[in-house]
Amino acid sequence: MSAGSLLSATGICIRFGGDEVLHDISLGVEPGEIVTILGPNGSGKSTLLRALLGILPLSKGSITRAPGLRIGYVPQRLVIERTMPLSLRRFLSLPARVTDARAAAALAQVGLDGKGGLQMAALSGGQMQRALLARALLSNPQLLILDEPTQGLDQPGEAAFYRLIEEVRAGTGAAVLMVSHDLHVVMAASDRVICLNGHICCQGTPQVVSTAPEYRALFGMGTHGALALYRHEHDHDHNGPQDHHCGHDHDHPHDHHHHHGNAPHV
Amino acid sequence: MITTIRMIITTITETPRMFDDLVTRATLAGAGLSLATGPLGCFVIWRRMAYFGDATAHAAILGVALALAVDLPVSLGTLVVALAMAVTVAALAARGWAMDTVLGVLSHSALAFGLVAVSYFPTVRSDLSSWLFGDILAVGTGDLAWIWIGAGLVAALIAWRWQALLTTTLSEDLAHASGLNPARERLVLVVALAVVVAVALKLVGALLIAAMLIIPAASARWLARGPEAMAVLAVGFGVASVFLGLQLSLWQDTPAGPSVIVAAAGLFALAGLIPGLLARIRPASRQG
Repeated sequence: MSAGSLLSATGICIRFGGDEVLHDISLGVEPGEIVTILGPNGSGKSTLLRALLGILPLSKGSITRAPGLRIGYVPQRLVIERTMPLSLRRFLSLPARVTDARAAAALAQVGLDGKGGLQMAALSGGQMQRALLARALLSNPQLLILDEPTQGLDQPGEAAFYRLIEEVRAGTGAAVLMVSHDLHVVMAASDRVICLNGHICCQGTPQVVSTAPEYRALFGMGTHGALALYRHEHDHDHNGPQDHHCGHDHDHPHDHHHHHGNAPHV
Repeated sequence: MITTIRMIITTITETPRMFDDLVTRATLAGAGLSLATGPLGCFVIWRRMAYFGDATAHAAILGVALALAVDLPVSLGTLVVALAMAVTVAALAARGWAMDTVLGVLSHSALAFGLVAVSYFPTVRSDLSSWLFGDILAVGTGDLAWIWIGAGLVAALIAWRWQALLTTTLSEDLAHASGLNPARERLVLVVALAVVVAVALKLVGALLIAAMLIIPAASARWLARGPEAMAVLAVGFGVASVFLGLQLSLWQDTPAGPSVIVAAAGLFALAGLIPGLLARIRPASRQG
């Protein structure tokens, strides 16, 4: 974490009730970089983002933001109450009103040209994600924070969405911090990947992370990766050279061990 | 200062002849109330706070009893107790209690405690139905001034916080990320609700205040395409309900407060027919 970081966390811990969900997380986001937080379900990815946004209280540690930092946030999903009539155009003016010209430009940028008159409740999943992104872009963000932005999109839609994120970065120079539980598309689009499972297991460039034993422990390998993702159990051993074990034990009621170092099941 | 304002308003309002007529006064009182219940009712609907409004309103009866016990103005008593109730409900809900359980306990307890408490005051006891169902025809010029001031303040508060309230209602996380404080916006609504209850108690009574919040806003939802349009239409439906309800009450000699709500319910049903009718007319007109 350099002094020029847009956002940095130092040793943060989050508790829900008595359970520690996140333990000793330190990370920083530099201007213009795309950082992806990767982890299985229940690894605390969304919790980490919400903590970084200042929504959740920290039980330990601290978060520093660059002075006057403008953040554009795209939540995992947005449920629109059917009782609230709200057009896409009106949505873009929340909370700060924007001119019609700026709204039209933002809609064009995300591929929703001329859709401003649609009701929010009538948008498809993909349109909703694009609408949320358009709204986030209108605040001229220095940092975009996206929480599983492609949830509910099919694979071509997903690839298109990540291309859009890269275009945005190229066009505006905004840094991007996003969360995902899926690997391949995300890995390609990221400068840096952080592997999370309650603590930071490993981090680095996509190439470094994909060969790290901690990463394999979480996600398995090769064609087996997608399957291992869903089979993953929380208990795993760290035995690689880049061991960043945070010093808390991994005891869980059910005792499943992955035996890494065995030949991959191809 | 408040006394001065009251005196000025009383002087102004007592001069014109039209205020002498009790039906005109009642209609103006109801119209003033609608100015606040229209936009506030929209938020009550959007945030699913319908029973929250009920609980706050029921607490008002307890407020009447407490105000009489310590010899304070009744509207002050209802304001304080309604506010306390709203804050308690909000705090319990934030602690993770299921909202319907919290409201089921507090709303009915407040009503029961209030009814028991007022039984110690023979004057109120003999006139209980006017507290439960309102006595809009007994509104004097002084009351009228208070209603317009209270409702005007609520409408101004909501207009001032409008963008922030909408964002918070849509998603508290989005609001937070935009630098807003969702807790503060919730408090704005809670305070507005307490003021409306204190103002509306005399007009429609503790049992029907929530109806004035919900029914006009629900009617507006049939027709509105945007949040602002819904708030304005809700005010219109509120005013129309008051006018029609009072006419019904005069014509059939029915109780005024409930008649207003009957009119509101009738307008809701009518408004519900409009989108269907429009859909029928539109294709026909295209063909022609």
